[in-house]
Amino acid sequence: MKKLLILGGGTAGTMMASKLRRALDPDQWAITVVDQDDRHVYQPGLLFIPFGIYRARDVVKPRRRFIPNGVELVLSGIDVIDPDTSSVRLSDGSRLPYDLLIVATGSRIVPAETEGLTGPGWRKNIFDFYTLEGAQQLFYALERFEQGRLVLNVAEMPIKCPVAPLEFLFLADWFFHQKGNRDRVELVYATPLDGAFTKPRASALLGGLLAEKNVLVETEFNASEIDGDGRILKSWDGREVRYDLLVSIPTNMGSEAVERSGMGDDLAFVPTERETLRSKEHKNVFVLGDATDLPSSKAGSVAHFQGDVLEKNVLRAIDGRKLCEDFDGHANCFIETGFGKAVLIDFNYDTEPLPGRFPLPGIGPLSLLGESEANHWGKMAFRSVYWNQLLAGREIPFVDSKMSLLGKWS
Amino acid sequence: MSTMLLAGSPIEVDAEGFLLNPDQWTPEIAAEIAAGSGITLSEKHWQVIDFCRRTNADKGAPPTVRGITKGTGISTKEMYQLFPKGPGILASRIAGLSKPKGCI
Ligand SMILES: Cc1cc2nc3c(=O)[nH]c(=O)nc-3n(C[C@H](O)[C@H](O)[C@H](O)COP(=O)(O)OP(=O)(O)OC[C@H]3O[C@@H](n4cnc5c(N)ncnc54)[C@H](O)[C@@H]3O)c2cc1C
Repeated sequence: MKKLLILGGGTAGTMMASKLRRALDPDQWAITVVDQDDRHVYQPGLLFIPFGIYRARDVVKPRRRFIPNGVELVLSGIDVIDPDTSSVRLSDGSRLPYDLLIVATGSRIVPAETEGLTGPGWRKNIFDFYTLEGAQQLFYALERFEQGRLVLNVAEMPIKCPVAPLEFLFLADWFFHQKGNRDRVELVYATPLDGAFTKPRASALLGGLLAEKNVLVETEFNASEIDGDGRILKSWDGREVRYDLLVSIPTNMGSEAVERSGMGDDLAFVPTERETLRSKEHKNVFVLGDATDLPSSKAGSVAHFQGDVLEKNVLRAIDGRKLCEDFDGHANCFIETGFGKAVLIDFNYDTEPLPGRFPLPGIGPLSLLGESEANHWGKMAFRSVYWNQLLAGREIPFVDSKMSLLGKWS
Repeated sequence: MSTMLLAGSPIEVDAEGFLLNPDQWTPEIAAEIAAGSGITLSEKHWQVIDFCRRTNADKGAPPTVRGITKGTGISTKEMYQLFPKGPGILASRIAGLSKPKGCI
């Protein structure tokens, strides 16, 4: 019996377990998934928790429910990966050997990377919303927030879901409007980027929306330190931004297991071949989702598109055939813009987000790069698609893993 | 792509002034690009530039600021004093390398 080992039972790992259990002969291949806990968080839902749109129970389900029959789930911390002996050591010291390894350990926030971030004020008037605990506590803080300056800071790029900070601001604008105190709340966005987003076309659109919603933007802001007592956010080039409530997207890094194994780059992301998703260093190791060092967005939709390519390549690697070079960096994301609307963007390594209709060229019903209510409902429906189609490794209707230029105006 | 006269030689650069071919780079070119950003190169600057070029030769890509601080022992704070605003980008440009890959 050969062994396929999947590290991480989040979006990407669970999806691959589903796909490969169907594709591989159960008499020849045993599949095992390792994750540290039995709590699968639907992370896109974390955005809505601070605003009371979702509660914890809306975004958390037991992992084991989504691990298909015929796949073993091991609940344990992963200590180190040892590619030289093709085995993985778990926290209790036991070892799992593998013939093929898929690393899907995602990314995590590391607030300790910014001086003072976890000092006085942390989880009192400084919060994150990339963890369930952070998002829940921020909910109470926003409820209490009557007036003053709310600053959203992205500590460092790359971050997973690079549009989430913008969505947070758009939703905050809406939230305070509804609460009746928008005129007493100042919204500030301090970002290391030189604009609202990484891609110029989308940046112009989103920058326009920020201005329209009266969000002040501080660009090329690289946070050096947080003075929790003085409530000041400082940058390396000497700028200071005062805050009453600081919402931080701390530095994102790959898993500690990757770091301990010496398999990661400076941020513990695994160097990965950009088209085939094979590890650059080890022939029987593949990587997908947030764990890679690829310049594609770290998003669930990207993991989904990568999954199709990875399934093909795992089967090819098993048969000793040449890998297909297919992953084009395709990403597709809904951006909540508040007041029940959203924008949809679709892009890849080489093509910028283009306006048009999606997923059916010319018809839609979703419009690319424009605000609409249909897009908002698309975003809200994504939760059910996530649990039922994406994790089960099923096709999402009409959406192909390769980006299509049909129906887009360039 | 365009050609720029740097330290007396025609050099191919991209739209943002990054050298297209790191082999065309010379220390004189570095000094001229640095001067254009108001920087006079010191010992410390050279330490960074050498590290960037070595990393690029080894790994095929310029290092990030994080990589530079780890590799040289120069603190992030000092990096911002040496190469104000965007130390990663600026150091790479002066070292004749490509723009460090951002992310989308
Ligand atoms: C606020 C927010 C909003 C988002 N919005 C969107 C959106 O609208 N659309 C979208 O497409 N994406 C969105 N995303 C991104 C999306 O959630 C991630 O890109 C996706 O979950 C990545 O999947 P993954 O499998 O790579 O990582 P994860 O799903 O994070 O899974 C990694 C798993 O590895 C496990 N693991 C790691 N290290 C160890 C270890 N040492 N031992 C044991 N287990 C370990 C973890 O427990 C985890 O379960 C959002 C993310 C956030 C935080």
